[in-house]
Formats: sequence, C-alpha cells, structure tokens
Amino acid sequence: MLEGLSDKFQRIVKRIRGEGTLTESNMEEALGEVRLALLEADVNVVVVKNFVEHIREQAKGQEVLLSLTPAQQLIKIIHSELVAVLGGPSDAALLKGRDSLNIKGFPSVFFLVGLQGSGKTTTAAKLALYLGKRSLTPLLASTDLQRPAAREQLRILSDQHHLRYFEGKSTTVRELGRECFNEARLKGFNPLIIDTAGRLHIDDALMEELVVLRDALKPSEILYVADSMTGQDAVRSSQAFNERLALTGIILTKLDGDSRGGAALSVREVTGKTIKFAGVGEKSGDFEVFQPERMASRILGMGDLMGLIEKAEEAVSIKDAQRLQEKLRKNAFTLDDMLDQIRQVKKMGSLGDILKMLPGGMRLPSETDIDDRAILHTEAIIQSMTLLERETPNVIDGSRRKRIASGSGRSVQEVNQLLRSYAEMRKMMKRVRFGKRIPQLFQKST
Amino acid sequence: MENPGFLDRLKTGLQRSREKVASSIGAFFSGRTGIDSTFFTELEERLLAADVGIAASQRLVISLRSMKLETAGEVLSELKRQMVAILPRASGSGSAFPRLTLFVGVNGCGKTTTVAKIGRLLKSEGKSVLLVAADTFRAAAGEQLEIWADRLDVPVVRQGSGADPAALVFDGIQAAKARSIDHILVDTAGRLQTKKHLMAELEKMGRVASRELPGAPHATLLVLDATVGQNGLVQCREFQQSVPLTGIVLTKMDGTAKGGIVFSIAEELRLPVEYIGVGEKAEDVLPFSPDIFVEALFENRS
Repeated sequence: MLEGLSDKFQRIVKRIRGEGTLTESNMEEALGEVRLALLEADVNVVVVKNFVEHIREQAKGQEVLLSLTPAQQLIKIIHSELVAVLGGPSDAALLKGRDSLNIKGFPSVFFLVGLQGSGKTTTAAKLALYLGKRSLTPLLASTDLQRPAAREQLRILSDQHHLRYFEGKSTTVRELGRECFNEARLKGFNPLIIDTAGRLHIDDALMEELVVLRDALKPSEILYVADSMTGQDAVRSSQAFNERLALTGIILTKLDGDSRGGAALSVREVTGKTIKFAGVGEKSGDFEVFQPERMASRILGMGDLMGLIEKAEEAVSIKDAQRLQEKLRKNAFTLDDMLDQIRQVKKMGSLGDILKMLPGGMRLPSETDIDDRAILHTEAIIQSMTLLERETPNVIDGSRRKRIASGSGRSVQEVNQLLRSYAEMRKMMKRVRFGKRIPQLFQKST
Repeated sequence: MENPGFLDRLKTGLQRSREKVASSIGAFFSGRTGIDSTFFTELEERLLAADVGIAASQRLVISLRSMKLETAGEVLSELKRQMVAILPRASGSGSAFPRLTLFVGVNGCGKTTTVAKIGRLLKSEGKSVLLVAADTFRAAAGEQLEIWADRLDVPVVRQGSGADPAALVFDGIQAAKARSIDHILVDTAGRLQTKKHLMAELEKMGRVASRELPGAPHATLLVLDATVGQNGLVQCREFQQSVPLTGIVLTKMDGTAKGGIVFSIAEELRLPVEYIGVGEKAEDVLPFSPDIFVEALFENRS
C-alpha cells in the first residue's frame, strides 16, 4: 500500500536529518516534497493542497523550528494528520480494530456499489465470509442483470466458500431486490448482501435505478467499493455516488498491488465516510478491517509491524513459541525445528507479503525474486531425511546427501545449501539468545 | 481508419468526460488571453488533475514556459501540438493470418468486454474471429466471454475453470488453423503486476503461442482503465517484462476520467494506444487517433 509515499517521506526525513535543524526554508522544501509525493501517489490535487496546508499550520503552531528533533516532529505531524484524514478519532471502532457495520432490521440489507471493475463481486464474497466469522448468517445476492455472467460469478464464489446465495427469478432490479429481501426474511438470513451492477456515476438512468432499489429495501449499509489504483478521478466518482445515495462507508480494493493508494485519502476526504474494510489479496480471506493507524504508519515507512505481529499470532500458537524458546535456550535447534519454522512462516502467507510488512521491507528492489517455491523445496529436502539426520545433521555424509537429493527431487547442491543455511541459522540463534539483535532490527527505519 | 462519423462517435463518447475536462483544461483557457504570474502553475495543476503525471506535466509546462509565448491562445495551440506529438501512432497490422492478439491487464480493467468489442469490430470488417477464454481463474469469466461470443456469433474456445491458460492458447491456435480463422483474440485473467507467479504464467502463454504459431503473439495489448492513476505506468513497465507489449487499449473513457496517464506511458515506453472503449455496448470501441483524442479533450463546449 502507498509504498511510493513512504519512499518519498523517508527521503525527506533523511534530508532534514542531514541538515540537523529545521529552518523555515528547508521546511518549505520538505513540504514541497510532501506535495509531490502525494501527487505522485494519486492523491487529488485539491486534497493535497488542503493536506499540505494543514501540516504547515500544525507545524507552525507547535513551534517545530525550536524543537530539538524537528525531523521527528514533522513526521509525527504528518503521521497524525494522515491518521486524521484516513480514519479520524471519530471512527473509534476502527481504531480498536473492530468493524463499524450497522446491522439493523431483519434482515438488514447491505449494498455494494461502485464503478465497473472496482471489485464488487469479489468483495461481496469476502464480506460474507468475514461476517460468517462474526457468527452471522449472510445471504448473498446480485442485482447485476447488466454484465454477462455476473450473477454466475457470485454463485460460483458462494459455492466455493460454502456461502448462501440466492438467485431469484425476477427480471427487473427492483423486483429482484424485493425477492431477495423476502427470501432472506423468510429463511432467517441476516444481513442480506446485495452486489449491484457496476455503473458510471454520470449514468443518470443507472444511478436512478440504485436510488429506487435503495428506497425499496432501505439498506443499513451502502458501501462504496473503490479501486485503490484509481487516479484523480476518484474524487469525482465517489462524490457523485455519495451525493446520490448517501453512502455509509467505503471498501478499498486491490491493496495487494503496488499502487500508491492515494485514492484512499481522496475518497475519504471528499465523502467524509469511513473506510471500513480493505481487500488485500486474491484469496477470499484476504480482507480486513481498515486500520488508519496502520495505513498511516505504512505511509511513513514505519512498516506494518502490527500486521506482522497479528499474522504471527494467528499462525503460531503460544505453546509452539514456548517450545521453540526452550530449544533456543538449550541450543538444540534441529532441522525438524527449522521445518516447523518454515511451516509457520508459510501459514502467515507468502514471503513477499511478510517482507512487505517489515520496516524498509517494502523497499526491496523489485528484481529480488521472492520465490515461494523455494520454501516447498526446502520442505521436500528436510522431509527426505531420516529422523536421525534431522536431529544430528553432522551424520549427513556424501552418500546420504545423494540419497536425500534424489529423494526430494532436488540437486545435491541444494541439499548442501540448505545445510549451510541451517548452520548459519544456528549461529544466529546463539546470538539471538542473548537478545541484542532483534530490537536493533526493528529500529532500522525512520 | 478515419471512417465517416468517427469524430462524431468519439465526440459522443467523450462528451461526458469533456464536460469535466471543460471545467479543467478547456475552461482554463476559455476567457483567458494574457499570461499572468500564476498561469503556468495553474496550468500544471490542470494537467495533474487529468492524471498526466508529475514528470510529463512538468516537462510540458517547462517547455511552454521557455517558449516565451505571449498569449494564452498561443500556449493552447502549442500545448495541443506537443501533447499530440507525445502520443505515438499505432503501427498498421501485419498481413499474416491467423493473427493472435493477447489481451492482458490488472483485475477489473475491462479485458473481457474489450475482447468482445474488438471481436465485433474485426468481424464487421469482414474478418473471421475466434475468441479464447484463457481466464480460467475468475469465476464465470469463461461464461461471460461465451455469452459475448453467442451475441456476436463468433466461435469461442474454453475449458473448465482452473485449466492451464497456456493450454487454451494452444487449443485456440489449433482451432484457428483448422477453420482458417483470421484473428485469434485471447482473453487472459486479470493479474496485479506484483504477482510473480501470475506474470510467469503470462510468459508461458507467450511462449506457447510463439511455438505453435510463428510470429505469435502478433500483438499484446495492455487493457488500461482510464480511471487509473500513476500506477498505470507501473503496470506497463511490469507487464512489459513478461510479455512485450505492442499497445494499449484505454477503456471506460465514457466516464469522467481522462486517461492522462497515456502521456506518461508514451513518454517513457513509446507505447501507442490502439483503441479506446467508450461504453458498455459491443460497438463502443474506436480505433485511436492522437490528433482527435487531444482535440476532443481540449474542445470547449459552447
């Protein structure tokens, strides 16, 4: 997300840091850089103006010029201003990591609206899956009679994830909406999630169709699905949807790409509506409550440590962690443990995802190919070893290496390489035991 | 390619987007004669607001500034001239048939609809067309293309979901050879350029195509949503790494977005825009012409 911004800001910080003190003129220069960074990140021109103005005022008010660590203070100001734009203290639920969905009525109705191709159908399934985890029983339905096979797409997605889907027989959007509503009410589903057809905000007829549907079903949530790659036009479309329908929230999609996501700031600013969720991947589970704090931290290049910690918590049980610590203490880290580690890392998602969350991690050169298959190969090699070999790798001689190689379908060189990295890892573990390395690692950026 | 009515149709397609442009670049010049102190700063902002991008906007403004023009009108015509000059012209298509065109792009940019529209366009020119549903990932993508194929009455090659897209390219080529089809249009799954494995899959499709059909893919078009911001340039760069792009299709030009990113793309990669999509109907696609595109963008509605 927004890597471009974080790149820029890191450069700005470095420059200010280099000068030692923040003067009136180099602050102007820094603000100029902030402006460029935001524009490059596709934040709307007007939104950028306001944002930079805010920062300038805030900075003045806080007497940055006299501050002992001006760079840090400027970053802090930019950070809190970003949090204010992206979430704001009023969105208390978001700050606590809870969604702020309004579930009212039996059934309550959620609309997903937006431009063509913003990701409404995929998001509908993700949202239903998410609500299922909240012990709700959502019903998915689509009123997209426009795009060929749109409803088929939602039906297939529902089947894949064991979600309830209702097709209906009506041929007009309004009647179909009613039919779905009745189905949900009769069968006790709540909420009813309606995936609507993609439309242009300037298409009067289609926008009117949505208004009619809204008046018929009185949804408690009208969620605008916004593509995070959108450019300057994001303000116009989201504003138009908001004016016509009175949106209740926003869902940002395709944040797993490398777009800078400035649209998030724009949309939030012009609609004033809460960004409730973020779509962060292709799989249906790649969907999370939007977190302004975390997003702002990413923008500033602080990395998404919170996200990483959460993922780690999900993937690693406390017992596992304690067992590993014990092993580390005794310096009894075996190849089996290494395999465990690899599997836990795998549970956290792809290596690329994880690296992105580390401070500075997002600045990995794009040519660095992070190959998830390498993990598979490592797994295969270790699994081709006998228990003895895994416990005491010293016994692995030339002929064992050959056997392991052919057993795992990898080359002897790869087996050697793995043993070398294992030895390296053990060495590192020794140092980690004394607990001096890790904090340093985490302080690296900013 | 300047068939009668082309300008009219482009104008209708761009009408709504022009209303917005009119309030930005077009309106900027209307009623202005002289050049005051904030003139160029404001002009740059209008360009930025059209997604032209910082580098391209700055270059344009700097070059205009340095020319020491005296009236807003002179700046306007010079700006138009320079913007037209940035956009490369599409090269004509070759004569070897069958001709395979690969349509690639990120999720939701409009690939499937574009394949159908271009299929219709080629068919209306008297060519035979075969559609290949190589998007085996997105649920119902194959069905969507099949419905289009039915509507257009052209053959389609598809398999179940999860099939190897490269195998579909293979099947498509065999089918086209057997039925002596002129154009094979391959719809691929949407992929974000950050997904290495999906980009590798695309490479494989290209390899299979060139192995089975000399010179294929004859064209690889990146489908670009006109609403996209600066990431559009990144998309071009990254897709270019996997499959050499020959051009761009700019979709959703019937909205308020202006697709200004094509100027950045043209400057850096010299990629021509081949077609623009201006609506949801099958006939809503037009061959691209730089002069008319720029002219239409600047036109001030009376």
